[in-house]
Amino acid sequence: MTNIAIHTDTQTALCDYVLHLADTNLILGQRICEWSGHGPVLEQDIALSNIGLDLLGQTRSLYQYAAELLGGEKTEDDLAFLRSERQFKNLLLSEQPNGDFGYTIVRQFLYEAYQQLLLTELKKSSDAQLAAIAEKSLIETNYHYKWSAEWVIRLGDGTEESKSRIQKSINEIWTYSGEMFIPTADEQLLCSIGIIPDLADLKDAWMQKVKAVFAEATLTMPEEMYMQRGGKTGVHTEHLGYMLAEMQYLQRQYPGQIW
Amino acid sequence: MTEAEIWALLESVPDPEVPVLSVVDLGVVRAVSVEVSAPLSLANGEPSVTITITPTYSGCPAMDMISMGIRMALMEAGFKKVNIVQQLSPAWTTDWMSEAGKRKLKEYGIAPPLSNKIVDELFGEDHKIQCPQCNSMNTELVSQFGSTSCKALYRCLDCKEPFDYFKCHR
Repeated sequence: MTNIAIHTDTQTALCDYVLHLADTNLILGQRICEWSGHGPVLEQDIALSNIGLDLLGQTRSLYQYAAELLGGEKTEDDLAFLRSERQFKNLLLSEQPNGDFGYTIVRQFLYEAYQQLLLTELKKSSDAQLAAIAEKSLIETNYHYKWSAEWVIRLGDGTEESKSRIQKSINEIWTYSGEMFIPTADEQLLCSIGIIPDLADLKDAWMQKVKAVFAEATLTMPEEMYMQRGGKTGVHTEHLGYMLAEMQYLQRQYPGQIW
Repeated sequence: MTEAEIWALLESVPDPEVPVLSVVDLGVVRAVSVEVSAPLSLANGEPSVTITITPTYSGCPAMDMISMGIRMALMEAGFKKVNIVQQLSPAWTTDWMSEAGKRKLKEYGIAPPLSNKIVDELFGEDHKIQCPQCNSMNTELVSQFGSTSCKALYRCLDCKEPFDYFKCHR
């Protein structure tokens, strides 16, 4: 059985791609908001929630656009709250549990380094609305990237304890980093018509960025390894279902609730 | 009501999180247009007003309040048809904050945004921010992320007071 739909229709591919971006931000935003009230110090607790809020805001713009592309009655809320696990297209990286502060930092850093490169390219997208969302999100992403990269360096080049823990996190999470650069059929189609950049180019730039920060942090890049994939096409790790159960409970139990 | 009068009216609509600033000071209102429908149409000459706004930060929870504040102010002024359009590009920047707005922020105890972009270089020294309480330049960054998306947390090393800096966004 295959779950990978091959789209020939650009509109459908674009909509699915926008959902992929939105879902990743939503899930990661939800994950880091789990830190609210549990951060190691107040300032970093606030930083995590601030970043989570930015991600959720960007998600709203993306879901609104996806709803527009779908063209029916669906709203941003339906897309966030009424789709099931197999319909979510977020990166596996974003759904991994928070672990310790170091694990959260590494996950965020790998993602923000990618976002910064991706959004810089999406600003030039031939799709005007996607370009507008990218332009707006990039300014926020620059803050997120700087914050997370500085923390990778502080922890890596910190104490023996912080270094060994963040290195362990890097080694554990690395297998989820490759999916960002493995294009789906949708992404190949959209790249061929100038809506999104070539992921292979992004990968080189991303590796250099990550390498430079790890070097400054005195951390070791993992060896090449098997990369997990599936999130973009709806095949997730066991963690997503639990998150959706918590996030979607209210809308499913009491349909149509609004703020 | 002319467009200029509507701009003046919007000066009285406060930002819900920093109420000394109006939505105009903040640079959130991008355009105002008034249209009068044809006298023979159903609306019968009733003017409708369209306000184009842009969000500050994507996740700013104040945006819905801002839309509502604008709608209420215009309805009180007699407009029955108020359209509020959200526009993302060009992206909002603190460069659009009015000079009056910056002055009001400082009087309120929040250091106004400089026009210097975030220093991209990791651990790059941030630009010196003046303490809004004692005017000392001897201050330091505590966190790039503060009580709201738009503010960073600083402390003054002379008067020892912590303060918010409305961070540069561009």
